Amino acid sequence: MKEFISLVRRDLRLARREGGAITTALGFYLIVVAILPLGLGPDLNLLSRIAPGVLWVALLLAALLSADRIFHNDLEDGSLEVIALGPLPLELVVAAKSLAHWISIGIPLAIAAPVLALLLNLPGDAFWVLFLTMMTGTPALSFLGAIGAALTLGLRRGGQLLSLLILPLYVPVLIFGVAAMNAVITGPAPFLSSYLILLALTLATLVLAPIAAAAALRLNLQ
Amino acid sequence: MTEVQGTFNRLANPTRFLALSGAVLPWLTGLTVALLLVGLYLAFFVAPEDYLQGQTVKIMYIHVPFAWIAMMGYSVITVASIGSLIWRHPLADVAAKAAAPIGACFTLLALVTGSLWGKPMWGTYWVWDARLTSVLLLLFLYLGLMALWQAIEEPSRAGRAAAILALVGSVNIPVIKFSVDWWNTLHQPASVARLDGPAIHPSILLPLLVMAAAFTFLFFVLHLMAMRTEILRRRVQVLRLTQVAAAGSVTGARA
Amino acid sequence: MQLNVQDLACVRGGRRVFEGVSIRVKARGGVALTGPNGSGKSSLLRVLAGFIAPAAGTLHLEGGDDETPLGAQCHYVGHLNGVKNAFTLAENLAFWAEFLGGGDVAHALRVFGLEALGDIPAGLLSAGQARRLGLARLALAPRPLWLLDEPTVSLDAGSRKILAKVIREHMKGGGIVIVATHMPLGLRLDQELKLGASVRTP
Repeated sequence: MKEFISLVRRDLRLARREGGAITTALGFYLIVVAILPLGLGPDLNLLSRIAPGVLWVALLLAALLSADRIFHNDLEDGSLEVIALGPLPLELVVAAKSLAHWISIGIPLAIAAPVLALLLNLPGDAFWVLFLTMMTGTPALSFLGAIGAALTLGLRRGGQLLSLLILPLYVPVLIFGVAAMNAVITGPAPFLSSYLILLALTLATLVLAPIAAAAALRLNLQ
Repeated sequence: MTEVQGTFNRLANPTRFLALSGAVLPWLTGLTVALLLVGLYLAFFVAPEDYLQGQTVKIMYIHVPFAWIAMMGYSVITVASIGSLIWRHPLADVAAKAAAPIGACFTLLALVTGSLWGKPMWGTYWVWDARLTSVLLLLFLYLGLMALWQAIEEPSRAGRAAAILALVGSVNIPVIKFSVDWWNTLHQPASVARLDGPAIHPSILLPLLVMAAAFTFLFFVLHLMAMRTEILRRRVQVLRLTQVAAAGSVTGARA
Repeated sequence: MQLNVQDLACVRGGRRVFEGVSIRVKARGGVALTGPNGSGKSSLLRVLAGFIAPAAGTLHLEGGDDETPLGAQCHYVGHLNGVKNAFTLAENLAFWAEFLGGGDVAHALRVFGLEALGDIPAGLLSAGQARRLGLARLALAPRPLWLLDEPTVSLDAGSRKILAKVIREHMKGGGIVIVATHMPLGLRLDQELKLGASVRTP
């Protein structure tokens, strides 16, 4: 457990030192949300109706953008080899690094979402749901992203391949995240049923994704 | 157990597989052609026209088998991937790799025939119907697998990576299907005509079953042929590597 | 303690890299791996560390901890240093100490002559200094088996002497060392294993 925490802390410290990833992700999130009204027209009624979907889709893309970095740097400088020989099972190494990715990318994106929602005229009572569903769904995005990152590790154009591999897996999170928000905004479906499914998806991903990603990492360490 | 294992290993030996599949293939091809002819005859001359849809209902006789094989193809990949991850047998790799493009083709055909069928029924080529949407996502999973195979050069590594991805996909397919169904009922209450009525008349069911069998056999014919090609391709690759290595050691001796 | 390697074979990319490799090293023993490029020195070390599953053969550390995999009982120093450029030297080693189970960072820096650079970001180091920082891991957590792949790359004469001394002390303390190298290390290892360049396909 001590090793798990020290790995998370190290990745967070690295994210803070190197800095670029979160700035890029936030900037990307902002520009996608800002460019959509330019394509759709400034009709605030339309925008507020599609706001949950737009905010979620843009969030998926922004989270995906940095996902291929989860293991990349550690592979390139050789740290991954040393980490793999440490006392921590590789599944927990994946979990620690995914957790660090969520804290350094997922949480800031979830915090930025309500601010961007202002641009789309999201109904006032939906702001807390937006934040809540995103905080619930983003861990699954980081952990699924880790699978893609591990599979495409060391490949040329790995980042592009990663989107093709992982976006279909993001679909359930997207659907239930948006469904939970729409339940509050328009009804009539109950909020709790969609939200609890979203929570279940995240919890299942937290358990299963590290197994798959660790298997892929072992392959890439050969 | 060991006996089963032994049989499995004998069958799974690539050379034996080449001999066996070579013997089986002509018969299997003949059977497929015969079934296809019977099925087409039944579908076009025996099965009744729909009193609402007219002749267009005949698309069903190829669309439904395509959709069925789209799913079966992924199941074949899943089983092969388990074989490749647990027994690490190269033939399982080959089976998974060969099945992906064929399954993707059938998935694409299911989508195309579905939208052609949908045009007279729904008035547009594409509606975000739950089934079409899930099949579309299935197509993306196939494409992802094929892209991963292509991106990793070393076959054994590519095989294991693709097997991991395939298993991740097969765990996710039910979840994706479930969420798409949920999404669809939220957004458009069921107004689309459903195929699965209370009872399908035998004059429709029989041609459908024959066609499904014919296309299933077609899948396996193509699959066997693709596996044979892949095995031979790998042998050529190994021969080339040997050549390169031999040349390398000569220059090494000179230096 | 004794490392037993029996009839080890390794296949990569359909190519048999080496086969029939047997080594027996007692505690306080060392093996120098030699052989031309592509003879499988690095692959052998990676098989020993557990990164690559052997195609055939067995390996076992007698008197080691049978509960933990061999990889977790060895220090592996490959071609890459495992150094984070954004961290200072001390931070780099502090993480490894925490993660790998203890060790005195200041001592490790001192052993490799880096004590004056503790607070410098590792990105500013020269290639040789970065290599020394990578090797300084050896002086942190004690592990019985050391697997070193071309450890002397980009080291100057003085640093090579330090490395030789560290290795000698490790062996004196009951450890085992396996070094793949082209250059003479400046220390006597009791065994040499020559890997051939012959390549066969399976």
